[in-house]
Amino acid sequence: MYDAIVVGSGAGGGMAGYTLANAGLKVLMLEAGPFYDPAKHSQQLFWPWQSPRRGAGSTRPFGDFDAAFGGWEIDGEPYTTKDGTEFDWFRSHMLGGRTNHWGRISLRFGPKDFKGKSHDGEGDDWPISYEDVKPYYDKIDQLLGVFGSKEGLENDPDGIFLPAPKPRLHEHFIKKAATKMGVPVIPSRLSILTAALPGNNDRKPCFYCAQCGRACRIYGDFSSSSCLVIPAQKNNNFELICNAMVREVLTNDEGLATGVSFVNKEDGQEYQVSGKTVILAASACSTARIMLNSKSNQHPNGIGNSSGMVGKYLHDSTGKALGGILPALMDRKRYNEDGVGGMHIYSPWWLDNKKAGLDFPRGYHIEYWGGMGMPAYGFGFGMQGLNGKYPTRDGSTKEAGGYGASLKDDYRRFFGASVGMAGRGTGLARETNLCEIDPNTVDQWGIPVLRFHYKWHDDEIKQAKHMQETFQEVMHNMGAEITWGIQGPETNWGLEAPGRIIHEVGTTRMGDDPKRSVLNKWCQSHDVKNLFVTDGGPIVQQGDKNCTWTILALSMRTAEYIVEQKKQFNI
Amino acid sequence: MNRRKYIQFLGVGSITTSVLWESCQPDKQDTTAAEPAFEVLEAGREAHEIERDKRLLGEQFFNEHEMATIAVLADIIIPKDEKSGSATEAGVPDFIEFIVKDIPHHQVPMRGGLRWLDLESMNRFEKAFVDCSQTQQLEMVDDIAYPNKVKPGMEQGVAFFNRMRDLTATGFFTSEIGIQDIEYKGNSPVTTWEGPPADVLAQFGFQDS
Repeated sequence: MYDAIVVGSGAGGGMAGYTLANAGLKVLMLEAGPFYDPAKHSQQLFWPWQSPRRGAGSTRPFGDFDAAFGGWEIDGEPYTTKDGTEFDWFRSHMLGGRTNHWGRISLRFGPKDFKGKSHDGEGDDWPISYEDVKPYYDKIDQLLGVFGSKEGLENDPDGIFLPAPKPRLHEHFIKKAATKMGVPVIPSRLSILTAALPGNNDRKPCFYCAQCGRACRIYGDFSSSSCLVIPAQKNNNFELICNAMVREVLTNDEGLATGVSFVNKEDGQEYQVSGKTVILAASACSTARIMLNSKSNQHPNGIGNSSGMVGKYLHDSTGKALGGILPALMDRKRYNEDGVGGMHIYSPWWLDNKKAGLDFPRGYHIEYWGGMGMPAYGFGFGMQGLNGKYPTRDGSTKEAGGYGASLKDDYRRFFGASVGMAGRGTGLARETNLCEIDPNTVDQWGIPVLRFHYKWHDDEIKQAKHMQETFQEVMHNMGAEITWGIQGPETNWGLEAPGRIIHEVGTTRMGDDPKRSVLNKWCQSHDVKNLFVTDGGPIVQQGDKNCTWTILALSMRTAEYIVEQKKQFNI
Repeated sequence: MNRRKYIQFLGVGSITTSVLWESCQPDKQDTTAAEPAFEVLEAGREAHEIERDKRLLGEQFFNEHEMATIAVLADIIIPKDEKSGSATEAGVPDFIEFIVKDIPHHQVPMRGGLRWLDLESMNRFEKAFVDCSQTQQLEMVDDIAYPNKVKPGMEQGVAFFNRMRDLTATGFFTSEIGIQDIEYKGNSPVTTWEGPPADVLAQFGFQDS
């Protein structure tokens, strides 16, 4: 009998398992995929020719060297959609889950993000405020490390930061161009160790290879595997079982959770384990799936679902991108421009919607890219669309396309001259956007699968249009030419399908009203007091910030609450 | 030579045309497993990925004639120059052979494009593309290498050559020779990040920002 069973090893599960194990609880963590240790399994510092496909995304959507297993489709584990829904679900079954993929962007939600309805009347407020979560943001900043700069912005609270890296060349151009039009550009906030992390000897400072996405062999960035689960394994009271696909939460006659059942993917056998507390952190949608599939006499609609809210209020961030060529950067001097894995600068949302007369609520932040990065599959594609447009070295114009020594030289000239940007914005949580159990479909383990129903609203579409207009102006101001990404109303201005930004949250939202929410403000089930959720599910309304840092903060807060409740014998 | 005559020519069964015949009949290809020249890295990869890589490396998609044509085209697109070697020296044909198996949507346009090229060569010079003189080859390529001044009837050739140019460039600049050529300086651990060099900042007026 375990004190706590944690389902999932990503940010939410890793933090819960780590915190509970360190507090002395006997913890079992179940992970649906294989073991993965960045120190042993990363493809960091491999050259493109070490991949037969030169880094193409044939089996891994983010490239052959990306750390994340899985992707948009997993053999034998389908999901479905209805009513013409376009929804893409990225899953990564492996130790650390999708922290193997994420961009390390570690933004706190701000005061307005927790109380959005009070500010503009849209959506719902959280039952907690920024002040409730701030102490946990502070703790994870110090435990895990994040770089950034003190800016004093109202809705983009500062953290406890490591030094921010200086901008790359193209980032200087972007900063100058955006600042001119009133779009602020500040150092990015990524959980990468730009300096030694005080009190931690297991992790080494970043060596600036720009390859966080491949997983870091020296643990220089945050992944749940390297920073939480593997350290938790030092405790004798922490146990990890990999390749354990959880089927359902088991309950007793009183309706309390007694453990979980799972299929072991290695031997194909069915198992049951018992625990005094069950913590679901399988990802917002997978957790909803487990709960909806956990039906019993006490929980006919699925465990913890007397409200009928499990799976509803599913919401992803909005996303829209464009890019092009900055001619000033052609024929550049060569130097190592890798830097950290991701942007060194970004733009937080800067407008007051009412004062600016915007026709949509909330906003977006802007991420930027460019530079002399490592060539991979796709490098040089479409040269016929570029080399006829810009003067040659002697100032003449050449015919587009071509071949031979002159063409070979064109690739050198354009190397490092690309720039691009993307918006990541608030998509409002709506009851009608949801995942549910598909009555007709099971996966290869016989587990009923999810069916998605999701429609973008005018609010999000108008936001994408605003992104496009902003990006066009930034590109124009720096003298760049847009070569891709301009879209019209027929494609919602390039707004990505829901799910594509991989920030899907909200399926088990917290709230004070048990009829309108799944969890209380401690991420504890209203219906089942020894059942908790610590992934993105509890998020009532996501801000325009990436959700990982908030998942970590809430998970630590919930884990500390569980420890406290156990001391008081309440659970 | 017009199309009608060409059909008759095929019937004669010269060596060249038999090569052409074979190239459109996949079941007659040499399916002997190629010696995998590439070491499949296994650390950090899922079993199904390792199995897939080994399987693809053991299969052969292009026949000898097609591979020879790819090699000629690749070196026309990226020749040896004073700075670095040619596409074939960088192993581009082997990369293209792998990538069409890995990303199958390249297969029909590549096989069909090569075939289109041979038919066009046959019409003009009564020889497959690889058997043409260099002057004849370049005359052909000149008609399909410049999308904005394509002559009617050559559009499909342009589409093929665009793809061939893309795959050649990507294969070359992701090879060891190509990475040195383009002077990518990263993938190299450093202890500190100082931003762009001072002379670069000064060149663009960012020395004070």
